Amino acid sequence: MLHRLSGIALAIFLPLHFLALATALNGANALDSFLALTRQPLVKFAEAGIVVALAIHFTLGLRVLAIEFLGFREKTLTALSICTTAVFAVGFVFLLNLGWSG
Amino acid sequence: MTATLNVEVWRGTERGQFQSFAIPRREHQTVLDVVSEIQRQHDATLSYRFACRVGMCGSCAMVVNGRPRWTCRTRVNEVIGGSESLRIEPLRNFKIVRDLAVEMTQFFDKWKQARGFFEPGPNPENDFAVVPPQTGERQAADEGIECIGCGVCYSACDVVAWDNDYLGPAALNRAWTLVNDVRDRGQAARLDAISGNDGCQACHTHMSCTKFCPKAIAPTFSIAGLKRAVVRRALRGGP
Amino acid sequence: MNPILFAAQRITAFALAFAVVVHLGTVLYAVRGGLTAADVLARTHGNVGFALFYGLFVIAVAIHAPIGLRNILREWSGLHGRTPDLALALFALTLLVLGFRAVFAVYTS
Repeated sequence: MLHRLSGIALAIFLPLHFLALATALNGANALDSFLALTRQPLVKFAEAGIVVALAIHFTLGLRVLAIEFLGFREKTLTALSICTTAVFAVGFVFLLNLGWSG
Repeated sequence: MTATLNVEVWRGTERGQFQSFAIPRREHQTVLDVVSEIQRQHDATLSYRFACRVGMCGSCAMVVNGRPRWTCRTRVNEVIGGSESLRIEPLRNFKIVRDLAVEMTQFFDKWKQARGFFEPGPNPENDFAVVPPQTGERQAADEGIECIGCGVCYSACDVVAWDNDYLGPAALNRAWTLVNDVRDRGQAARLDAISGNDGCQACHTHMSCTKFCPKAIAPTFSIAGLKRAVVRRALRGGP
Repeated sequence: MNPILFAAQRITAFALAFAVVVHLGTVLYAVRGGLTAADVLARTHGNVGFALFYGLFVIAVAIHAPIGLRNILREWSGLHGRTPDLALALFALTLLVLGFRAVFAVYTS
């Protein structure tokens, strides 16, 4: 279920990400003014959420691929613990970066 | 341990309600004991199924406090938790015949749909086939062969709940045991049968089936095997 | 889901697993010390390798995501006919167009 919900979150985020990058079509200044928006705390928080969603989707996806194609026999619990750890690790790294770049 | 148990039992069909009973608590009682006591001492109109009562036939499967289980193999002490109450419902994803008894026809029809039956082919051998038990295929088949069709996995499966046409873990598990049967001559048709819109691809690897199977079968891994077989065939340019 | 869609989604999943790690690694490294348009565009402008990598990335996503969403649509809305397929195609097209536009934007600016 987490896998599914994080996938939905990413699917919503991606077109927005593409649109943001494409503001550069109007010149570097346009992209800069957009980036200025992203320094707001609420946006930073949402960005962190997206990275966590990506980490969840990515690690649970690896679990699915392992079971389906590598014949993994891990019972869900162990796999989930590893997934959760990885999720927090990535989120943490990103948050640290957010702190530095301010 | 409290002296009485508060038991809520589903009455009716898809439309119905829970009926409450107070049953004396006994030390080693199973959920099947509780249901039987209700039917014999309190309300003779309660419908439910059981047969062997010793964990061999799978007839007594129901949902107890949200989990599908064999009621003859479920001690009240195991499932009671802190609430000191029991909630007993018919298996999920089946049409309800009445109260705790469900309609199994669709479940077994899906076995047929998945071609979960042996196909000897037009020229069956006259003599016995020799299939060494240690071969990879036989081991794969043996892992899933003990299924007795109790329906617990089907009840647990989220995909069946969301898409009632999905073949389901039991039918697909049986198909997998036959895919690994070296004597079978109907493999192409079987792979067709399990790779449609409601076939093995629909499984999302939630593993509820494996978690609840009372015979410790892992339909998830059988279905994974089917997925691999289907992808291999698709990549080779098959149907 | 039919075998072709299933295989496509799983194969692009493998590809994306790799691409995402590369992308995240690059972004996390590049963003240390602040993020400005000039920094980003300096790296991407005229960079063919970059454009190719992200172009392929966009294609993989445009295959992977819509198939997953189609499943969700079929299972949670009960629609089984052509509607989920149409939705899939539409979303795939959207991702392709917006994605290539973004790649083009940072390549040329």
